[in-house]
Amino acid sequence: MAEYHLQSPFSEEDIRQLHVGDIVYFDGLLFGIRDLTQIYMFDQHHEPPVSLAGAPCIHTAPSLRKVEGGWEKICIGTTTSTRMDRFTPELICKYGVRAIIGKGGLYQPSLEAMQKCGAVYLAIVGGAAALETQQIEAVEAVYWEHLHPEALYQFRVKNFGPLTVAMDSHGRHLYEEVKAEAIRRLPEIYKKLGV
Amino acid sequence: MTNFDYQIVEEAAKQLYIRALCDLPPDVRAALKKAYARETQPTARAVFEAIFKNIEIADRNRSLICQDTGLPIYKVKIGSQFCWNGYQIKTRLYEGAKRATLEFPFRGSSTHPLTRVNPQTSVGPGLPVIYYDFAEDSDCLDILMAPKGSGSENMSKMQMFYPAHGVQALKKFVLDTVVESGANPCPPGIIGVGIGGTADLVMKLAKDAILRPVGQRHPDPEIAAMEVELEEAINATGRGPMGLGGDVSTLAVHIEMAYTHITQNPVAVNTQCWPARRSRAIIHPDGNVEYGY
Repeated sequence: MAEYHLQSPFSEEDIRQLHVGDIVYFDGLLFGIRDLTQIYMFDQHHEPPVSLAGAPCIHTAPSLRKVEGGWEKICIGTTTSTRMDRFTPELICKYGVRAIIGKGGLYQPSLEAMQKCGAVYLAIVGGAAALETQQIEAVEAVYWEHLHPEALYQFRVKNFGPLTVAMDSHGRHLYEEVKAEAIRRLPEIYKKLGV
Repeated sequence: MTNFDYQIVEEAAKQLYIRALCDLPPDVRAALKKAYARETQPTARAVFEAIFKNIEIADRNRSLICQDTGLPIYKVKIGSQFCWNGYQIKTRLYEGAKRATLEFPFRGSSTHPLTRVNPQTSVGPGLPVIYYDFAEDSDCLDILMAPKGSGSENMSKMQMFYPAHGVQALKKFVLDTVVESGANPCPPGIIGVGIGGTADLVMKLAKDAILRPVGQRHPDPEIAAMEVELEEAINATGRGPMGLGGDVSTLAVHIEMAYTHITQNPVAVNTQCWPARRSRAIIHPDGNVEYGY
């Protein structure tokens, strides 16, 4: 397990060096997306008004307050990623997103896109919104505002993490490995329970 | 007593919701510390460290621990000598939950199940969830509040087994349900298990179970032993904090039991995430309110 401190947007090299189990912190650009953002983008064919190339995207529906000249953060946390799996390969290979941040992981098609195009899945600690909100320095822009709280958000972050590399660009999937190990152990646990 | 000001209940309902969202109970904090002490995997330890930092920030800023402010649940226990107006209690809890959402303010999650329209109030028809119970030899109104997030609630499961399936089927069901839920309920939290009753009661028992202070054992030694047994079984799977692998997959298994029908053998699982949020208020007849967990 290695620890990395990166600067976003990421290069392919930044991402390819990461392996399952590594811990990542980063500074810089972060986009916030959710179910509706991606339905609007992919199913309703709207091109994002900003380049996502090299950027990480976090699965979130932030609580923000609109103030004079911008947006103020109230609470920004992370949601379960699996619901948004079907959009991810295109997000990675067509728009150049280099990291997906969420909880729970994604499925095989996303893992293949990560391998092919150079991206990773970074697991955040679910429920730790107070920490996450503090590490987000600014809400720099809200695109597609009519979709709020599922718009496209541009955040600037500082020392964002800890994030665990849970799916890497070399085909490894930590959640699947942990689950497979649990299933391997089950017969013995059943025996102990007498079931 | 007949002049009791029910505004006090409304204010308490509001404060309880906010307190639960920002201040994690001491038993949960202690259980997380204890779990961290025995966790050996580096990635899992990093998860715990982020959890502790998060709690510290929420304490310092009096901010939300988690962005999912959940659906509000109030468990009301009415003392035998507390002279009460049930309608007032019900409407004041509704108003208090709504005011907490609008006045803090935080994201409301209550939604019409068909139109998906969210009034941004955390309440609506059927909400908040309110349970009433009664206490002997008390002149107080005791309210336990829990905001229930969806990550863990979505992993709820129940099954009506037959007596022929035995206790073994219940144990296997609990273990399989937890293994299947993976990272979704933000482990390591509390696994609430209901055994017995009817289809509706068994899930309510599982909900009661997650609202107990962490690690408080069931008074029946046989059930307490089953709690320990299931806890060890779940932790032996190695699912770990946030499903990323580790020694600690759950802080505790709590079981609640009710008698059931001779032909029934129901079981339910209701999981609670690591921010096992709850708050409590004891309202005295003179209007004095004591807050706790």
